[in-house]
Amino acid sequence: MQYKQREATRVAAEGPGIDPMHQFKVEPLFGHHLTLGGYDISFTNSALFMVIVLGVLWAFMLGGMKRQLVPGRWQAAVEGMTGFISNMMDTNIGPKGRKFTPYVFSLFMFILFANLIGLVPLGIVPGWHPFTVTSHITLTAVLAFFSFAIVILVGFAKHGLHFFSLFVPHGTPWYIAILVAPIEFMSFLVRPFSLGLRLFVAMTAGHILLDVFASFVVQGLNSGGPMGWVVSLLSFIMIIGVSALELLVSAIQAYVFALLTSLYLNDAINLH
Amino acid sequence: MDVTSAKMIGAGLAAIGVGMAALGVGNVFGSFLEGALRNPGAADGQQGRLFIGFAAAELLGLIAFVIAILILFVVK
Repeated sequence: MQYKQREATRVAAEGPGIDPMHQFKVEPLFGHHLTLGGYDISFTNSALFMVIVLGVLWAFMLGGMKRQLVPGRWQAAVEGMTGFISNMMDTNIGPKGRKFTPYVFSLFMFILFANLIGLVPLGIVPGWHPFTVTSHITLTAVLAFFSFAIVILVGFAKHGLHFFSLFVPHGTPWYIAILVAPIEFMSFLVRPFSLGLRLFVAMTAGHILLDVFASFVVQGLNSGGPMGWVVSLLSFIMIIGVSALELLVSAIQAYVFALLTSLYLNDAINLH
Repeated sequence: MDVTSAKMIGAGLAAIGVGMAALGVGNVFGSFLEGALRNPGAADGQQGRLFIGFAAAELLGLIAFVIAILILFVVK
């Protein structure tokens, strides 16, 4: 509500400009907040899209887990995904990493589906606004902290205090180790932030870009002149290109998240 | 110079960092392709390292983007 007032005053002052950040607004679904003990617990559009991601993911996995002897197309797609992740875990960690394959697989699939569902042009259905749950650091940071917590727990459980030798690379002379250990420690501590930040910023930046070009299309058509139509057409072509790039980025970011998680797990399991 | 224009200039300067990351990412993939064409047999085994390098190079550009966004929307 407060946002709408601010938006109204801004439009009155500057005219209808481009507001690319509006699409990331987390709002309660039916317009009113539900509070319990001072906390806002209303069902937001973010929560709705997480549920949608979960539903689609569930449907995709259950449809392909019929264990037919001769896999159909669907089962082949699911087996391709599971095989991809378990192959990645095997090459990065080895047989000891097989225990963590389900976690990394869930992470990969959730991020991939959330990224892709955020790109579905739901805006053409009146009253619907697409929302990318991974474009919020609240979600990506939680996923990153999960990975980091698992790394720390597994590291200390497997190696005890010997886990600290992670900060001193093998065969370092003591006078270099004094310099290297704090740097390694800092880079270890920065990991969850860089992991969460990368996914969040990549998705946010792509959606801002799409929104800006979409605004150009509308404003070009509204300006009413051949020049505006040319700008509009060029921007529309640009949207198609950026959308294709975003599909690639969605897959790459999901892969990078899973890959880095498996590398960090490798540090914890095998030290180095 | 008033604060708003200074903020806009600062955000624009921060955007240079994003372009620098583009150089870095292009270098990662270009070097990989160069090596992969010389020895295609070893290329598949290095794909993980390719994406680690990509992720590291890209992160710094994304941080520049975050700085630009912080300057524009958060700094009062």
